[in-house]
Amino acid sequence: MQDKLFGKTLEELQAISLDLGLPSFTGRQLCEWLYQKDATSFEQMTNLSKKARALFSDHYDLGLQDPEDEQESVDGTKKYLFSSGGGKFIETAYIPEGKRNTVCVSSQVGCKMGCLFCMTGKQGFQGNLSAGEILNQYRSLPERKLLTNIVYMGMGEPLDNLSEVLKSLEIFTSTWGFSLSPRRITVSTIGITPAMLEFLNRSEAHLALSLHSPFEEERRKLMPVQQVYPLKEVLKEIRSWDFGRQRRVSFEYILFKDYNDSAAHVNELSRILHGIRCRINLIRFHPIPDTPLESPDEFAIQEFKNKLNAKGITAIVRASRGQDIWAACGLLSTKRLQKN
Amino acid sequence: MVNHDAPQVTPVSLTFTEELSRDIYLIGFKRNFQFKAGQVIGIAMEPYGSRRLYSICSGEQEEEVHILYKVVEEGYLTPQLSDLEAGDVIWITEPGGEFTGDREPAVWIATGTGIAPFYSMFRSGLAEQKTLILGNRYLEQFHFFEEFATQLGENYIRCCTAETDERVYPGRVTQFLEEQAELDPKLKYYLCGSAEMVVETRDILISKGIPFDRIISEIYF
Repeated sequence: MQDKLFGKTLEELQAISLDLGLPSFTGRQLCEWLYQKDATSFEQMTNLSKKARALFSDHYDLGLQDPEDEQESVDGTKKYLFSSGGGKFIETAYIPEGKRNTVCVSSQVGCKMGCLFCMTGKQGFQGNLSAGEILNQYRSLPERKLLTNIVYMGMGEPLDNLSEVLKSLEIFTSTWGFSLSPRRITVSTIGITPAMLEFLNRSEAHLALSLHSPFEEERRKLMPVQQVYPLKEVLKEIRSWDFGRQRRVSFEYILFKDYNDSAAHVNELSRILHGIRCRINLIRFHPIPDTPLESPDEFAIQEFKNKLNAKGITAIVRASRGQDIWAACGLLSTKRLQKN
Repeated sequence: MVNHDAPQVTPVSLTFTEELSRDIYLIGFKRNFQFKAGQVIGIAMEPYGSRRLYSICSGEQEEEVHILYKVVEEGYLTPQLSDLEAGDVIWITEPGGEFTGDREPAVWIATGTGIAPFYSMFRSGLAEQKTLILGNRYLEQFHFFEEFATQLGENYIRCCTAETDERVYPGRVTQFLEEQAELDPKLKYYLCGSAEMVVETRDILISKGIPFDRIISEIYF
């Protein structure tokens, strides 16, 4: 199988060009065609010599891939399946919401983290996506021209695939790449502390932490990662980090009926997040097969949000999207995996 | 301002390295810190090198700290670790993590090197009222067999998938659990292993009436 050019950095493309006996500036020309001019074949790269095009064509694949399947919700949310080889699939969601159009990208095939409420975890872990496969979910999305935001909240734990995620962020935000503002990009994590610090050091994208309970003991029953990277240590690092005025940290909080939706939870959230300029995104739980967890009703969700707001914490309720198309992450690809 | 780049590792000299069975290694170094049985430490080859986490595989009061690991061919650290000899230096972090045991009755369930935290608990005097269900592919991979069998007796259950022996259950841990008519919902269930094993085992336990808040999992990643 030929190596793919899409997903390589400027430095890598320059090195490849030199290896093929071409001038170094060919690397920058390739970047323009791959990341700015939407080339879909080497033939379109008209400012490259015929020899250069032939060499690239002989030795490399462009690396772009269209989605293999698509489902659309009545609310406009779309879910795309991209093949990752071997009968396995990754999911990418397009979420239109007023003036904001978001793509939710996957970073791994399956996941190792085993969170109790997550369908992707039930697939097990099948591999990391390359930077090119992450970027392709944006590049090959039919609604790509409408996109305003990118969130790394699809399948997998992004910071468990740190090097490829950082590489994809570099290509998204570099002037030689897609030239997107890092303020339009949010990377979510369940809190792998060393990787989170490296991400904060090496990228300017926003951070979202999956919280789901302010109580350590309760959180570890939902999220095994708590055993290794306790919340208090993750928050200590976040608290010590200078996010500046533009960069944002937010906390994702899935509400489970009668588990993490009490007044005591509001009080504890207020205590542990005190002093952190942040926002909490409240998410209604979408039950997955065989789960012992339940979804709270709308009243309970609004009540929880109001109590947080009364404590001075900015909390918003994320609208439930795409419920009619198995939009909860991992459901659709698991269904396809089982079918295969 | 916190210096996020500061190395938080200290060097230790290996006292021994041993290949216990094919690709499964045990290494040790003098203990100069306190830890709770079940905790992990980070290991790196250099002070600023990339770290990986490993469960401590020795008792809280023992003179040496032991680490059990399996060489993953495409892995970053374990192929390098397996080349080391006694006297070589590795860099370790402070112990951390909350997958720690207590004296309450419990079932310990592990596969492969997931046995490490339970062996640490076992060596730290927490084995009373415990059942250990351990899965491996080959019989030779049931390390510390004599110790577990002597103290736990019938409460030490070996599940072996590739070899048979009259004293072992022929199959996977998950298959063994599926076949149990009843599991005690009042016990705590500790799981340690790969994501696939933990998720599958947790689903089986929940389907058999174990409340999810009695299940405590640690996943190797």
